[in-house]
Amino acid sequence: MTKVYLDHSAAAPLLPEVRQSLMPYLDTDFGNPLSLHDWGDAPRDAMEEARAQVAALIGAANPEEIIFTASGTESNNFAIKGLALAQQNKGKHIVISAIEHFSVMNSAKFMEKLGYEISEVPVDKNGLVNPQNVRKAIRPDTVLVSIMHANGEVGTIQPLAEISRITKEKKVVLHTDAVATCGTIPVNVKELGIDALSMAGNPFYGPKGSAALWVRRGVRILPLLDGGIQEGGRRAGTEDIAAIVGMGKAAQIAARDVVERGQKLTRIRDMLINGLPDKIPHVAVTGDLAKRLPGHASFCVEFIEGESMLMMLNSQGVAVSSGSSCTSRALKASHVLLAMGYNHEIAQGSLLFTMGIQNKPEDVDYVLKVMPPIVDRLREMSPVYSKFLKASKGGQ
Amino acid sequence: MPVYSEKVMDHFMHPRNVGEIENADGVGEVGNPVCGDMMTFYIKVKDNRLEDVKYKTFGCGAAIAVSSMVSEMAKGATIEEAQKITPESVAKMLEGLPKQKFHCSNLGAQALNKAIDDYLIKTGKLKADEGKCCPFCDHEDSENDPVCKQGCQVNSPEAKVS
Repeated sequence: MTKVYLDHSAAAPLLPEVRQSLMPYLDTDFGNPLSLHDWGDAPRDAMEEARAQVAALIGAANPEEIIFTASGTESNNFAIKGLALAQQNKGKHIVISAIEHFSVMNSAKFMEKLGYEISEVPVDKNGLVNPQNVRKAIRPDTVLVSIMHANGEVGTIQPLAEISRITKEKKVVLHTDAVATCGTIPVNVKELGIDALSMAGNPFYGPKGSAALWVRRGVRILPLLDGGIQEGGRRAGTEDIAAIVGMGKAAQIAARDVVERGQKLTRIRDMLINGLPDKIPHVAVTGDLAKRLPGHASFCVEFIEGESMLMMLNSQGVAVSSGSSCTSRALKASHVLLAMGYNHEIAQGSLLFTMGIQNKPEDVDYVLKVMPPIVDRLREMSPVYSKFLKASKGGQ
Repeated sequence: MPVYSEKVMDHFMHPRNVGEIENADGVGEVGNPVCGDMMTFYIKVKDNRLEDVKYKTFGCGAAIAVSSMVSEMAKGATIEEAQKITPESVAKMLEGLPKQKFHCSNLGAQALNKAIDDYLIKTGKLKADEGKCCPFCDHEDSENDPVCKQGCQVNSPEAKVS
């Protein structure tokens, strides 16, 4: 059976070069980089090389500004809690957007319990934050603004450089969750004008469990994990050298290939974004059409529910994601789509295709072939669709 | 192991008795778009038996499989037999449902019972004093309220994170 994997935002495969680069550190070079004897040398050198590779990917001035963590979620927790707590004498107000990842959203909720106040900046129908709304949300006691670089669910890329002009003027620390963008589109922390950035290795074909937080030199952060002096005392715990080396290698390759990858993925993404609404009526593209991640195609298919589409696509060999209540373990419709103004009924029909470097135009052709009969079948058994048909007949 | 049992997948991929019945003797509708699953059951009754059972379902794989199984269990049964169909017996016949699906998607028995109540009310065998219930906590809500007023966990519009 044809197998088409279009769920790279959930998990991406390792590049063979990455796998090769990290294997020695699971094997002969197992030493601890803190060790002073010979066994510590190779891992220490490899770790510092990886730090430089990751710093280079995001245009960071100094590799020491990179703190390795174990997930994008940890980086976001670290940023929200650590950056806010380090400035608690200045104020207790945090600004985030309404469509942040749960790791930012729930970290902010945690800070609320500690007496912080959270303001949520709304987004428009395309999922875009208006920088002027960030300006309005900033108060004299605001210590942190965190706006994601791009949303993994609808693909919209935020105007971060415009937002950073405002936070600089107001002298507020700006963090961004760039898990969806680092290695996927060119990211340069200087050009973006930000103070801290979360990233993860897997989206650019590094190992899962590899991630980092970049904090600009001079910006204070309180550690989440107390213990030894690893990562400059900012993140205690013996480093996962294999993951770190793999992330470094993946970053090095991404820095070289990011533009070419983006062009290729944008082409096949647009085949799907144009093709699906063309083949199936009542399908809307979610997110911004222009300011959009390459390889990211997201839709709401009206009158039917996302999980049932996902399961039927799976039976045809196609792997996708959905933001419907049924798909989420929390049994809630996507907060992203709701914040963008979609109602629950439409949000339940959410479907997300995320492409990777091994996808080909034929993969999209296959989806465009198998998808219309699936939608027809599910609509045929949908009470919402039959109500719609009756209402539109009655209207004529 | 796949999320769904083989039986669930079979009923999901090949749902039985899908459709509507024109001039049905009873119609029962449950669910709402907030929770993601909606089902409408239609019954035709002859000599106290469910001569025909059909349904339309908006929802996940589990919701569709549940509707299909309920229709199979109810078709040909007497009213009393059909009233004994429960979410538990449906789940058992489907060889189990994932834990988080049991409450949200297992609305078929309830929709069928609503259709039966509708029939019993129409034929004067039951008094029409029942309000609409939240499928999760059985709290009675007004006819047009899409959200449980009781604010029960699953059904609350918490998704709009404030």
